Amino acid sequence: MSSGTGSDPSHPTDRTSSPAEARGLTPVGPGLGYHIVGAAGSALPGSLQSNPRLSHWLRFRPDGIVEVSPGKVEIGQGILTAVAQIVADELDVELARIRMLPATTAASPNEGVTSGSLSIEHCGSALRWASAEARAIHLDVAAQRLGVDVQSLEVRDGEIAGPGNLRTSYWELAEHETGGGLLDRDATAKVAPKPATARRLAGAAAERLDIPDKVLGRPRFIHDLAMPGLLHSRVLRPPSPGASLTALDETRAKAVPGVVAVVRDGSFAGVVAETEDAALAGLKALAAGASWQPGDALPDEGDLPAWIRSQPVESTPINLREAAPPGRVARTLRRTYTRPFIAHASMAPSCAIAHWSDGGVRLWTHTQGIYNLRADLQLVLGLPAEKIVVEHAEGAGCYGQNGADDVALEAALLARAVEGRPVRLLWSREDELVWSPMGAAQLVDLEADLDDAGEIVAWRHDVWGNGHVSRPGRGKSPTLQAAWLLAKPFPRLVAVNPPLAGGGGSERNATPCYDLPAWRVTNHRLLTMPIRTSSLRTLGAFANVFAIESFMDELAAERGEDPLAFRQRHLKDARARAVLEAAARRAGWSSRQKREGVGHGLGFARYKGFGAYCAAVAEVETDPDIRVRRLVLAVDVGEAINPDGVTNQMEGGAIQATSWVLKEAVHFDRSRITSDTWETYPILRFSEVPAVEVEIIARPEEKPLGAGEAAHGPVAGAIANAVCDALGVRVRDLPITRERIVAT
Amino acid sequence: MATPTATAAESTRLSVNGVEREIAADPATPLLSILRGRLGLTAAHFGCGANQCGACHVLIDGHAVASCDTPLWAAAGKEVTTLEGLGTPEKPHPLQRAFIAEQAMQCGYCISGIIVSAAALLRRNPSPTEAQVREALDRNLCRCGAHNRIVRAVLRASKEGARP
Repeated sequence: MSSGTGSDPSHPTDRTSSPAEARGLTPVGPGLGYHIVGAAGSALPGSLQSNPRLSHWLRFRPDGIVEVSPGKVEIGQGILTAVAQIVADELDVELARIRMLPATTAASPNEGVTSGSLSIEHCGSALRWASAEARAIHLDVAAQRLGVDVQSLEVRDGEIAGPGNLRTSYWELAEHETGGGLLDRDATAKVAPKPATARRLAGAAAERLDIPDKVLGRPRFIHDLAMPGLLHSRVLRPPSPGASLTALDETRAKAVPGVVAVVRDGSFAGVVAETEDAALAGLKALAAGASWQPGDALPDEGDLPAWIRSQPVESTPINLREAAPPGRVARTLRRTYTRPFIAHASMAPSCAIAHWSDGGVRLWTHTQGIYNLRADLQLVLGLPAEKIVVEHAEGAGCYGQNGADDVALEAALLARAVEGRPVRLLWSREDELVWSPMGAAQLVDLEADLDDAGEIVAWRHDVWGNGHVSRPGRGKSPTLQAAWLLAKPFPRLVAVNPPLAGGGGSERNATPCYDLPAWRVTNHRLLTMPIRTSSLRTLGAFANVFAIESFMDELAAERGEDPLAFRQRHLKDARARAVLEAAARRAGWSSRQKREGVGHGLGFARYKGFGAYCAAVAEVETDPDIRVRRLVLAVDVGEAINPDGVTNQMEGGAIQATSWVLKEAVHFDRSRITSDTWETYPILRFSEVPAVEVEIIARPEEKPLGAGEAAHGPVAGAIANAVCDALGVRVRDLPITRERIVAT
Repeated sequence: MATPTATAAESTRLSVNGVEREIAADPATPLLSILRGRLGLTAAHFGCGANQCGACHVLIDGHAVASCDTPLWAAAGKEVTTLEGLGTPEKPHPLQRAFIAEQAMQCGYCISGIIVSAAALLRRNPSPTEAQVREALDRNLCRCGAHNRIVRAVLRASKEGARP
């Protein structure tokens, strides 16, 4: 991840006037001519740094279409539309001319993984600068051909017009070029994108490009792909994580009509069949012929804190701030907060299609990182990169590493038995809820040293739990589940945490956003992993912000101070104060009425410490069941490219967080995960969803920040604080259920 | 789910999106498999296979039904309508127009089943209250958190006079 707290590569210093004048150009408004900035130095904006070739990003087709090839993928967050808006704006073309191509390792720039709410920063910045430069390149050529000054040229919906009747267009110029044409060169980032005030599309609500297909029922998802000769398959699952297959009688499965192949490699096995129904019947017959040796016992779900504290850990200092001189400590308040394992619970079971030919494989997948997946496939399949093509096709909404990568390897292993025919592998609902990686359970110990007046003089945050990343493509050994089951198995890897510079994992948002005189933040990553964990939306930020925001309310209560005033006193950052005050104002915080069975609570965080700012106010009812009635959010994402897209992401984040806080926990006994259906893993339903209001604080001149993960932590804190406000009971363990409250 | 065998392939007659069909298949085959596999109608999605998520909802004689655990025989002689049959790009159903106007989804995998459930609701109650819309959609799950937009879209379609 390139994003950090330091210098920002996406914003080369704008030294507009002097170099432009040196080239005899004067800065001009939108549509007319273009605008030069000084040499950007070594850093190109966003993902242009690693993929500078302009033709890899953009192509003008002779039929008047602009093909845009992003390396980021649509995971239900509307990213393709936001990026299309940016490109259309910079090129001066209508949005309808933009075609967003699916990402493929055969052609697309390598932008790593679509995660961490970084797509607008990485991909949006790259395409904004690439488009501005592409426009200038075409204007220069048009000026030469037409024999006029470039300043006199204007672009209207891709048509380039000069004085009198002089006309050409991007499409006409492209027609006379071969290969990558005019864009077959590296970006220089010397052409300035438009100023915020000159943008027509970016910054205004746009209808998402994918929605018409989805409401009309046109094939759009990987699940809907049709291919000639397509076969279907299913994987045999062990009875428990870590179990090994000691014997497998394949006879009955092979006898099922329609079954084409039975595949076994070590403890990995599955069936390939002509139809889905035959694959299911084949799987049933295969399961009947399987003998397993159980793996290690799972932890006791009833006492996760004891389990977490008893594991070997790697402890890492994260942040230290010392006060000089240290404040006088009168007493210390200590509290512990926990969250359980949480499932991705995507609506669609994971799916992939694999097609082997000429000793290579082509894969269709809804992975978040096509190149990273390919790297792990190379390791497992023993193939060079050029023998594997990974194509992205949309899956259901994805909130981190669900089963998308695992199913792709499994499909490749099964399809290898039937070279020449494409094989589709669709997971079952149980596969998705049990065999996808989980969001890690966490325990947070917080301590505040207080002086005589109850003011904070020092703060300690210790977070415990498994790492949050087992993503493929980052190490020497694969992280894909099936790779660990093969006859020649790859080692089982324990989840790690991404670098702190990119926001970290378990320790994400563990450093408080508040201005406190001293703190010490420490991360304790577990070195055992009986339940496989990987990235789930916000990684550790959900638990850390839930803990910090709960603790802030507890500390305010110790002093008898209003939670809003207490937070305001500890926040210097004007943007932080602005979201907090906007949410409080909109929710009527200062005029709220104390009523029986109703409570109000606040939550705030700046995601990762350097991302979007978000504050939330929750109103809950506690009779008969705990129910969130209303959530009011204020958010500052810097420049909001598609404000309606930001609102949609914030609403979605707030509702998903409500579901996590009130309902969700992965359940297991000592041998297996038992939350394997929507009945045993319930999520929030329509009748339980709160009203959500979102206020966006407009900052069009600020760097755009991702919106997808900003709401979860603040909403969790706000709900917990509102429950305490209503009942006078502080629940420090998620999910907050009636049973928990009775037990507290 | 049933094992397809040559002997079990009987013929079932039903109407799908206004077209009379005769399907030669094991009558125990889930209707969803027939729609997606045999007829190429991919709007109804597989989500759970157990009537617990609503992603596969279709209308059978106007009622929203989970096609993943409805056997083909149960649809014999009936009128099945999928999302593809509700409207066309040229003449979209008021619900389809309203879902675009409200941008009422994130990933959209659940949307086909939700629009079908909403169509069944508006058929029996053309002017539902917000609470009635939520109640009618309670069998449909959405993981992205687009619920409130979806409810707004259904109320908008109701105001614009939606009838299947």
